[in-house]
Order: sequence, then C-alpha cells, then structure tokens
Amino acid sequence: MMLADAGGVSKKFGDVTAVDGVDLSVARREVVGLLGANGAGKTTLMKMLLGLISPTAGHVQLFGETITPNARKRIGYVPQGLGLYEDLTVAENLQFVARAFGVDFPQLGDLEARKDVLVRELSLGLRRRTAFLGAMSHRPELLILDEPTSGVDVIARSALWDTIRAAAESGAGVLVSTHHMEEVDQCDRLVVMAGGRVVLSGTMGEIVGDSVSGTERTELFERRFAELTVA
Amino acid sequence: MNETNWGLENVSVFFGDTRALQDVSLTLEPGSIVGVAGGDGSGKTTLLRTLLGLLPPSSGVVNRPDGDEVGYLPTGSGIYPDLTVEENLKFAAGAYGVRGDDYRSARDELLTRTGLEDARDRLGGNLSGGMRQKLGLAMALVHRPGLLVLDEPSTGVDPVSRSELWRLVSDAARDGASVVMTTTYLDEAGRCDAVCVLDEGVVLLQGPPKELVADIGGSVGETTRRPDTPYAWRRGASWRMWSPDDFKSSGVRSVVPDLQDAVIVAALRRRHESGGVAA
Repeated sequence: MMLADAGGVSKKFGDVTAVDGVDLSVARREVVGLLGANGAGKTTLMKMLLGLISPTAGHVQLFGETITPNARKRIGYVPQGLGLYEDLTVAENLQFVARAFGVDFPQLGDLEARKDVLVRELSLGLRRRTAFLGAMSHRPELLILDEPTSGVDVIARSALWDTIRAAAESGAGVLVSTHHMEEVDQCDRLVVMAGGRVVLSGTMGEIVGDSVSGTERTELFERRFAELTVA
Repeated sequence: MNETNWGLENVSVFFGDTRALQDVSLTLEPGSIVGVAGGDGSGKTTLLRTLLGLLPPSSGVVNRPDGDEVGYLPTGSGIYPDLTVEENLKFAAGAYGVRGDDYRSARDELLTRTGLEDARDRLGGNLSGGMRQKLGLAMALVHRPGLLVLDEPSTGVDPVSRSELWRLVSDAARDGASVVMTTTYLDEAGRCDAVCVLDEGVVLLQGPPKELVADIGGSVGETTRRPDTPYAWRRGASWRMWSPDDFKSSGVRSVVPDLQDAVIVAALRRRHESGGVAA
C-alpha cells in the first residue's frame, strides 16, 4: 500500500490548470523530494495530498483510501513558516499540539533545557526542531515538509535530517518540497514538476550520474533542471 | 574599475556582552565573489551590516567605498511592491543620481539581462520570488557599483532563477565589481572564489572552497549504520563520519569529501575539541 497516491490528478482554477495529470506516490520508509520552480504546481499538489483542496480530475488516496478527516491524524505537516505560536513557550506549543491529537507530551531531548523559552526567542534551528517535534508527536505515517532545513547551520541541518531519516526508518513515508541541493542529496528519489506536470522522476544518480561531485554536480543538476522546466 | 581591496581587518562586534563577530578579516578583490556562509545567528548579517557602515565595529578596521559605490541587495529583495518593475529601477537610479541617457541605457541593459523586459509594467508585488530577486539585483547594479553586497540572494529561489542570478552576479564580477554574498547553503558557497564560514560569530573556515576540502585532514567515510563516534552526520540514507586516521581496517568505505563535509567536520571538531559550546 502506498501512504500517499495521486493518479492522473489535475486541478483547475478557472481557466488555469495548476496541476495537470500528475502521478505521485510515497511509500513507507522512503524520502521523496518534490522540486519545481515557483508556480510549477508543487503547493497545489501538496494541498491536494493534505486534503485541503479537491482535484478537478484524477484521484488522490491516503493510506489506501479516499481522504477522510481521520487521515489527517496520520499526517505530520511542517509548513515553511513552521506554524508555531511565537508567544507561547516550546512546552506550551507542544502541549497544545499533543492535546489536539490526543497524544502524550513528546520527549524533548536536546530541547529540554529550552522548554520554557518563548518560541520567538529561539534560534531558527531550535524553532525548526520544535516544529518537527510537534508535527511528529502523534507518530504520523506520512510526513510532508516544506524546505525543512532552510536557514540553519550545518550541525542543526544534520540533526534535522537525522530526525527525518529516523522517522523513515521506523516506517513513515516523507515528502519534502525543496529548491536546494543539500536537501535534494538527502532524498531517496526526486520528482520534478514544471507547468503542472511531472517532467522528471528518479534518483539523483539517475539524473546527474554518480561520478560527478561538488560544484560540478550542482551546476549539472541546475542545467538539467532548466532544460526540463523552461518551456 | 576600482583597484582597491575592500573588506574587514580583525573586526569584532559586540552587542553589550554578546559576541556577534570576533576577529573577522575578509578581503574583497575586484572581479571576485566571496561567499559568507553560516546558519541563523552565525553573524553573517552582522558582517554585512558592518561592511555597509550600518553598524560600527567594536574593534578592527572596515575598508569600504563611499555609499554611492556600493550596491546592496537586502534579504527579501527590498523592492517596492506598489511600484512597477520599471518604476522600481527608476527609483533606485534616482537615489544614486543616475539620470537621463545614463539611466535609460542602464535600464535597457538590465531589463534585457534579467529577462524582465516583458514584465516592466508589472507591479513588484505581483512578481514571483525569482523575478523579485532579479529586480532587486538590477536595482543594486543600476549605478554600476564597485562593491556589490548581496544578503541571501537565492533563499527561496528555484534552481532556474538561481542560475540566472548567478550569471548576473558573475557578469558584475567580470566587469570588475567586488562581490560579497551571504548564503546558508554550502553548495552555493562552493561556487564562490573564496568562502568564509561563520559559526557563532567566529570564522570556522576561510579560503577557496577547493582548498578547504583538500585541507580537511584525516578521512571521511560512509556507512549504512549510525557510527559510534561524535564525528558522524547524515547524508541521505547513509551516515558519513570523520576520523583523523584512515578507515583501512574498519570496513568503512572512504568517500571523496565535498565542502559540506569539510564544514561539518570543522564544526564538529570545534564543538568537541574546544569543549562546551552552546547549541
């Protein structure tokens, strides 16, 4: 069973086709990167997967069935803006989420020392950590993350990816929307969108080859991306 | 073209007792692009603000041209959402005293090079993220500055717009500008001629990216299970680890490190070898 499965899914807003016949699936234990320029249809697709908007055509299933309100309890979502309450402490934010999902207060780990600090006083790395803990406290089977490690230093980034990977290893599926190579490199496979369609899918090795590294790899990826996404 | 090297010499900045930057030196040469990398709170923006003269250093020397020789792209592009593309450009040009034929030729050239001709009458607020950054960059370039200062130019920008921004920045450097840019992404820092990686206000690594990778010291290896060492980090489904020695007898596969690995190794060593650095 796929955790998330979109088949031939389309979404029109008036005359504008935002998503045009897209197939996308996320299985257990895999991290899928979703890429595309602004306006490529990524956000519309993610909103359909979250059940926030309905497709005009095609089907979207979560956990093997049509999206039900119950499905929301099995998803963890971290938006780019993180969705935290800035004027509440770390503990209050997490308490709020835990009660909403009816689950136990999560283990804080390295956030324990900061639990009584207001979220707006935290570094971005720790704010991201708090958002992750909140989104994962109900042990979601599907994680949807928008640029999850943007703006943080390498150590914080590595710790966040460790958390994402640990969730995947314990059986969750992860969909990550991103623009950056450092995040792309952490994904098991990639789906690239342009003009509402999927124009490329595969592993990084399949897209740029395994032999190139460093800056050359970034430039090759950008060239490949540009060829496919510029009409 | 100026032949002056701008930059910082042994600059420290304190806010009260809080260290924002400590003993940072940075040389900006005409024709070269310097990347300042680091996460949130590393001191990147403090460095740029000090260089721009917006913040006095607590100690050290700032070598900076007059204000009208500096082009600055702030985070979030700094464009006016209620003005059209062309009005934004004209406003920036006016602020630098670029008028008449000089303005018209700069405008036409920049609109062409940024690919914004067809959008010249669109409101700034209606542009995509990538177009906003290109317009912001065009505004920073309209007076042909000798020093170009870019604060996170590619954050939130898709790969196509990012490579277009890079072309514009490279062109400005080739025309003789000294360029300094901040970034949180090391794949981007790796494209600069030199990079200065900041960690909690101090320089973690500094130099041409290739040299930083070559000078990593020790070995970087890859395993599929979490290694039993504090010098380990995630790379996709695998783990990477660093050791001062080679991995010959341990069954760990050696890999060719990149700039990301070099910076992680330096950051981990700083945390574990200098003893007790706050997270």
